[in-house]
Amino acid sequence: MAIPDTIPVLGISWSDVLFLVLAAVMLGSAFLVVTLRDIIRCGLAMIVAFGALAGIYVLLGAPLVAAAQVLVYIGAIAVLILFAVMLTQSKNAPVRLVFQAQALPAAVAAIVLAILIGVTASATDWGAVTKRIATATDALARLLFTSYVLPFEVVSVLLLMAVIGGIFLAKREGRDA
Amino acid sequence: MSQSLDAYLVISGILFSIGTFGFLARRNAISMLMSIELMLNAVNLTIVAFGAFIPSLNGTASVIALLVMAVAAAEATVGLAIVMAIYRNRRTPLVDEYDSMRQ
Repeated sequence: MAIPDTIPVLGISWSDVLFLVLAAVMLGSAFLVVTLRDIIRCGLAMIVAFGALAGIYVLLGAPLVAAAQVLVYIGAIAVLILFAVMLTQSKNAPVRLVFQAQALPAAVAAIVLAILIGVTASATDWGAVTKRIATATDALARLLFTSYVLPFEVVSVLLLMAVIGGIFLAKREGRDA
Repeated sequence: MSQSLDAYLVISGILFSIGTFGFLARRNAISMLMSIELMLNAVNLTIVAFGAFIPSLNGTASVIALLVMAVAAAEATVGLAIVMAIYRNRRTPLVDEYDSMRQ
C-alpha cells in the first residue's frame, strides 16, 4: 500500500509534520537544558536537542552534516560535558539557586532577541531562494578537499592545539601538588 | 512549512535566544558551556538552511558547517579543561563565586 503524500485528515505533508515534531523536540529540550535544576539532566536534554537537530539536518538534505552532528556533538562533546559534570559536581555541594540574580533581565533580553531575529528573518528578502535542494555528498567531499583544503588543514592543526592545551590545563596541578 | 527558509531561520533564532538566556542566567560554569554549544548549533542550523535553499551556497554551506563543528569541539575541550583547572583551585563550579580579582 502506498503512503499518501499528505496526512489523510489534516492535509499537511509528511515533511511538515517531521519538521514540526523535530523543531518542537529540539526547542523543548533546549529550554530544559537552560532551566533544569539537576545539571546531569541538563546534559541529557542537550543530547536530545542535538539528536533532533541532526534530524533537521537530514530534512534539509545534508546527511553528512547530520552524521557529523551525531558523531561530534552527541558522541564527543556531550560525553565530554557529562564527564566534566561528574568530576566537578559533588553530591554535597549546595545546589541552591540555579540562576543568577540577573536571570529576569536575561530572560527579557533573550525574548527580545528572539522576536528581533524572527521579525528580521521573515521580513528580509533573501534573493535567490529556491525550493529545498539536497547536498550531494561526493560534491561536498570534492569541495572540501579542493577549494577548502587549506581551512581543512588549519582546523586539524587547531584540533591538535586544543588537545595539547586541554591536557596541559587539566594536568598542571599534578606537577606541583 | 518545511519548504520555506524562514521557518528554519526562526527556529534557529529561537534556539540562539535560549542559548543566550542560559549563558547569561545560569550560575554553573558547565551550564554556561552547554548554552554556548546551543548557540553554536543555532548558527550551524542557519548556515545549513541557507545552503539548502540558495543553490550557489549549496556545497559551501555544508563545508562551513563541518568546520564550525570541528572548532566547536576544540572550544569545548579547552573550555572544559579551564573549568576543571578553576574547580581544582576554588572547589566550586559556580561562576559568581570566582571573585578573587574583586577583593
